[in-house]
Amino acid sequence: MSLLIEAEGLVYIYPDGHPALQGVSLRIQRGEKIALVGPNGAGKSTLLLVLGGLLRPTAGILRVEGEEVGNGDPRRLRAKAGLVFQDPDDQLFSPTVFDDVAFGPIYQGLPEWEVRERVHRALEAVGMAWAASRISHHLSVGEKKRVAIATVLALRPELMLLDEPTAGLDPRGRRELIRLLHRLPQTMLVATHDMRLVAELFPRVIVMDQGRIVADGPAHQILRDEALLEAHGLEPP
Amino acid sequence: MNATHFHFHDPYQPLDSPVHRLDPRVKLILALGFILTATLLPVGAWLSYALLGAAAWMTAHLSGLGIRNVLRRSVLALPFVLAALPVVFTAPGPSWLTLSLGPWQIPVRVEGVIRFLSVLLKSWLSLQIAVILVGTTAFPDLLAAMRAMGVPRFLVMTFGLMWRYLFLLVDEAIRMLRAREARSIAPEVPGHRVGGTLAWRAQVTGRMVGTLFLRTLERGERIYMAMVARGYDGEVRMLPMPPLSGPDRALLAGGLLFLIGILLLGWVSRALFL
Repeated sequence: MSLLIEAEGLVYIYPDGHPALQGVSLRIQRGEKIALVGPNGAGKSTLLLVLGGLLRPTAGILRVEGEEVGNGDPRRLRAKAGLVFQDPDDQLFSPTVFDDVAFGPIYQGLPEWEVRERVHRALEAVGMAWAASRISHHLSVGEKKRVAIATVLALRPELMLLDEPTAGLDPRGRRELIRLLHRLPQTMLVATHDMRLVAELFPRVIVMDQGRIVADGPAHQILRDEALLEAHGLEPP
Repeated sequence: MNATHFHFHDPYQPLDSPVHRLDPRVKLILALGFILTATLLPVGAWLSYALLGAAAWMTAHLSGLGIRNVLRRSVLALPFVLAALPVVFTAPGPSWLTLSLGPWQIPVRVEGVIRFLSVLLKSWLSLQIAVILVGTTAFPDLLAAMRAMGVPRFLVMTFGLMWRYLFLLVDEAIRMLRAREARSIAPEVPGHRVGGTLAWRAQVTGRMVGTLFLRTLERGERIYMAMVARGYDGEVRMLPMPPLSGPDRALLAGGLLFLIGILLLGWVSRALFL
């Protein structure tokens, strides 16, 4: 395994003065699948936005493959880390599914044949190739989620950042999504409240509360620590 | 529309017909050409109107939408033509008959009736072709056609985003209205007046509109972040469309010639008869 992401003392303060991250340090090895849990407002989404290169950290160091990116060109970070937003209606803004998955590759300046190839592969990977010419508005929530993941896969990111991937899904949609996440080879950091998903899929768990990491370790250890979970508003699966 | 979800009234009918298979660029250009022709025809060019109508109905039939269906849909927008009604009374020239309305005598002018009927027919024909266009062309294809025709890309992108999120916004408004209804309950004491004062209700409604605006703004920000995360840099970039095929070009040329012919016919016959 090689070190993919290294964060030291990340701080992020929103323009209104709200400190969302108060010194977050973590290391992510290539190929790891990590769950990010914690109560609402713990700073999980903010951390994903910072790691995805959408928010510039107020302070702290962020390295990707040993290279400092926190204050550099955020587009380099965005190319490495693909962010899947919680609400697929935010993620899917184009008229058709094809247009949406093609958006990233087109912006990377790829030639047309490669754009088409990547769209096809990405949709195939999430089992939505049949929907390429569909209109996003007509899809079910589960289908939209999978297309949202495809929009990021088409960019071939090293790290996938997912915010609440199972929120709002019915049991079958949830099951299909878990299978899909299990199958994908990418490194993953997934913010979630779904503790059964955590137990099933993630060898490593990071617990956040009030803008800090309060625990980081193997899932079987953390999920058994009822005192820790309860102290941070969580429940064992 | 039902109570939970805005029923998506996509006018597009996914059928397989020669009109559906036609390149969207050809359809868009011909439809715009048709409307332009109808607009530019002189008043009272009945033969040209009839030819345009025949072309529209033939297309409606070929497209599988059906003439009746197209007529029914195009009638929906006709009330707007009433705006042209005053011309019946205000046009110059001899009067045809006089309406007495109490102490007033209102002359109905021959020229006015002809003008009004012309406006009515022209609008109706234009609406029919518009109904056929959106009934046989999926909206994303229309957007692609606009782009290919050189409509500014930001405008096309704005159309696309509007079309994508309009229904979502309506859904959100419906959910808010339902939430208000769920709490607008019967009085505890039977016969007691409910609903608060008018001012209070107006205030509630105003705040709902404000909330909807804020949510839209926040959604807009999230959408923008989703775009930036995938490389958006303020430029609009899209895949190019393939060049038009031979048959498509031929049909486009033929259609435009037909429209020019109708236009000439209308003006030449007017010049001859006057």
